[in-house]
Amino acid sequence: MSGPDRSMRTALGRVRHHGAAGEGTGHFIASRWSAIALVILAPWFVVNAALTIGGPSYAAAIDFLTDPVNAVGVILLVVVSFYHMALGMQEVIVDYILKPFTKIALMLLNGFGLTILAAGAVFAVLLVNFGA
Amino acid sequence: MAGAPSPQNRPIAPHVSIWRWHATMASSILHRLTGVGLYGAAIVFALWLMAAAAGPEFYDPLMALLMSPLGQIAMYLVVAAIAYHLANGIRHLVFDTGAGLNPSDADLTAWFAILFAIATPIGLWALLTFGGA
Repeated sequence: MSGPDRSMRTALGRVRHHGAAGEGTGHFIASRWSAIALVILAPWFVVNAALTIGGPSYAAAIDFLTDPVNAVGVILLVVVSFYHMALGMQEVIVDYILKPFTKIALMLLNGFGLTILAAGAVFAVLLVNFGA
Repeated sequence: MAGAPSPQNRPIAPHVSIWRWHATMASSILHRLTGVGLYGAAIVFALWLMAAAAGPEFYDPLMALLMSPLGQIAMYLVVAAIAYHLANGIRHLVFDTGAGLNPSDADLTAWFAILFAIATPIGLWALLTFGGA
């Protein structure tokens, strides 16, 4: 040890907690389980909604959303897909946006914006079912 | 010979303009592109639910927009994007297990995802048009 660093810490110990955030695995697993759920939910909604609503009729849309199975399915679809979107867009933001302020601002917009829209969409399904 | 190239003139590896396009490369780019596109589609989906709750005076104008030629093209592309992101997403879930990563399998499944994205909106349109209720 001839350098200025006389500590007994190893090289690994010095870089620990200074590099990767250490929480990437959670993000990875969350994006995978939400993806697996969406493999079922997304095609179910597209085919089911296209076949049962199949046009611009307001009454047909209300009929579709007041079926209990459809209502639960749509609520699950909103929650899981918006969560999956938040994770995906976060990945896109950290990949392309380097300016710290812009990056944080976009990540907040991503999180808050999707949470507000998801809450509104879930409340809309409840409103259709249980009246204004 | 002019001698060794200067550092500024050295070839840049792999550069988009001189790099041969692969199905696997397109599949990766398309996955992110369709993901971002579906982000916008999901916002419209949330607005559609809120319009349904708000009543016909909000629902009908939104549907008029979606039933217009431009709206129908957008819906067609959204179905294609869902089909692509679904097929390629399953492909990536299989990749996560360590399977299918050799070039020939990855190439084949990339082509499958692309063809699935082309076929699905045509299939759904045919089902709606000729299927009968």
